Amino acid sequence: MSVIAYIESNNNRVKKTSLEAAYYAAQTAKLLGTEAIAVALGTHDAAELAALGQLGITKVLHDANARFDSFDSGAVCKAIATLAANSSVVVLSYNQNGKAIAPRVSVRMKAGLIPGATALPETNGDFVVSKNVFSGKAIAHYQIKTDKKVIAITPNSLQIVRGEGSAAVEAVSSGVSDADFVTVIKSEEKASGKIALTEAELVVSAGRGLKGPENWGMIEELANLMGAATACSRPVADVHWRPHEEHVGQTGFTIRPNLYIAVGISGAIQHLAGVNGSKTIVVVNTDPEAPFFKAADYGVVGDAFTVVPKLIESYKKFKASSH
Amino acid sequence: MKILVPVSKVPDTTSKVAFTEGNTKFATDNVTYILNPTDEWYSLVRALEIVEKEGGSVTVIHQGEADSEQFIRKALAIGANDAVRIDAAATDGYNVALNIAEYAKDKGFDLVITGKETIDYNGFQIGGMIAEMLNVPYVSLASSLEVAGGKATVSRDIEGGKEIVEVSLPCVISAQKGMAEQRIPNMKGIMSARTKPLAVVPALTETLTSIKVYDLPAAKTAVKLIDPENMDELINLLHVEAKVI
Ligand SMILES: Cc1cc2nc3c(=O)[nH]c(=O)nc-3n(C[C@H](O)[C@H](O)[C@H](O)COP(=O)(O)OP(=O)(O)OC[C@H]3O[C@@H](n4cnc5c(N)ncnc54)[C@H](O)[C@@H]3O)c2cc1C
Ligand SMILES: Nc1ncnc2c1ncn2[C@@H]1O[C@H](COP(=O)(O)O)[C@@H](O)[C@H]1O
Repeated sequence: MSVIAYIESNNNRVKKTSLEAAYYAAQTAKLLGTEAIAVALGTHDAAELAALGQLGITKVLHDANARFDSFDSGAVCKAIATLAANSSVVVLSYNQNGKAIAPRVSVRMKAGLIPGATALPETNGDFVVSKNVFSGKAIAHYQIKTDKKVIAITPNSLQIVRGEGSAAVEAVSSGVSDADFVTVIKSEEKASGKIALTEAELVVSAGRGLKGPENWGMIEELANLMGAATACSRPVADVHWRPHEEHVGQTGFTIRPNLYIAVGISGAIQHLAGVNGSKTIVVVNTDPEAPFFKAADYGVVGDAFTVVPKLIESYKKFKASSH
Repeated sequence: MKILVPVSKVPDTTSKVAFTEGNTKFATDNVTYILNPTDEWYSLVRALEIVEKEGGSVTVIHQGEADSEQFIRKALAIGANDAVRIDAAATDGYNVALNIAEYAKDKGFDLVITGKETIDYNGFQIGGMIAEMLNVPYVSLASSLEVAGGKATVSRDIEGGKEIVEVSLPCVISAQKGMAEQRIPNMKGIMSARTKPLAVVPALTETLTSIKVYDLPAAKTAVKLIDPENMDELINLLHVEAKVI
């Protein structure tokens, strides 16, 4: 009873979130004394798939049917359930697509789902997986009671470790027919050249303290320099100073980057709900009483309009000296 | 157009999160409950807008015990036509989806619109589960929804952007910000909600998961304050101490 990892690629590169799923699946397989097999659907680069061996995947089942390149949650679900028929655990990222696929796979396989796991399972005795609840204010340890299990992992919640190895890539058919694809994709809009917020390791975010949309130049400059994504608080998105794709918090995106820099954001509980899983938080705020400082690792009590330009200069110096 | 809107009740975000009985139960004392924001603000309001334009009805459905009825009445006050309460506490996502799908399967709904997630258990799962149970298309994380000619056109979030997709009705959509603007119930709505039909139906009991125990995240260490004149130090700490750049 192997462990299955579901793999997605973007521009022929395996997504970082899928590398996490592969590593998680391999570690879970080790705990269960079995092997980890990856499932890849649609167009992928063969060398990238083989390289999943470095994460502990022994074999990749690849159905190259190009119809999978247009996302359809039902078709992907059917393919995974078919290819995982002899497996006990399915692991996938709880990224945007994963949120559509995992619940369906859970139902189709009658397999208990952990929607947003943050740690490897405990397998001595009951099968238990932990997950953040109450928007990160608590952790719940869920028992999965079914023989089959689906674990959807929160992006950026584990550090992958690469070793040696190469996975055997095997061409398969997942038995999905044209009739299984019921979603027609009319158009796609992607901010080109920008780093996707939900996948970003570094995020620079700003709030109402910046006074107006015309002042975001320095935030974008800092983000570009660092290779970071940009984010914002809700009121800023509500008044269209920034696009809604940048809104983080309880009613926006939940992110867990390695570094979250919050400039001119007060740190309301609804904002923290979306970012408190970040590994390191830096807060820049004129008000030393701003609640965000309680959630921060590093704080700068100061005016964004002088602090951010200084930060940009310091980062430039750092970059110049480290190359 | 017949639309089903599953709504959840959740502790207000400002509620204190604490546990009792050896950290196995959420402590509900002094907790203020609200309708789950995405359900109240986005899925319910968009469903009402569609019915106002196309004709039809909006049914809200909720799984919870009798003390949930005030939240169901609030959804009726905002404008839903009728309501169903599945008479059991909600403890497992699969079980809630199963009960909603069981109710919906032979009622001829054109659309089921859930919220993207509840703010207590943050599942993002019920919509997808209902879709698979009913064997209909599912579009997750939708920030806009139009229906015409037996089809739903939806804007769906993808990494770094969005895509516009089209699926046939009946289908399940999970709603998020952007789909509609919050509506505050008016006096007329509140009065009429008292007499709108609210059916109570029994629940199936099958569950696939259960919570064994809760714990709280490790307390944050106190913030390290850095002189606003000395951003070199901040960069250095991020590099050497936090190791994030
Ligand atoms: C149900 C509900 C859901 C919500 N969901 C979300 C959500 O998902 N995301 C979200 O962000 N909010 C959400 N909110 C709103 C939230 O409660 C706060 O109102 C919001 O986060 C505040 O945004 P802000 O910090 O940008 O603005 P403010 O609260 O106005 O804070 C601005 C901050 O900037 C500082 N400042 C001012 N000038 C400067 C300067 N020159 N330099 C540096 N700092 C400066 C101020 O000291 C202040 O701390 C929600 C609210 C509710 C009720
Ligand atoms: N107890 C419940 N009763 C009815 N609908 C619910 C319930 N819990 C969750 N939902 C619906 O499912 C959506 C997603 O919730 P979840 O998957 O639990 O995060 C919510 O926004 C509601 O629309």
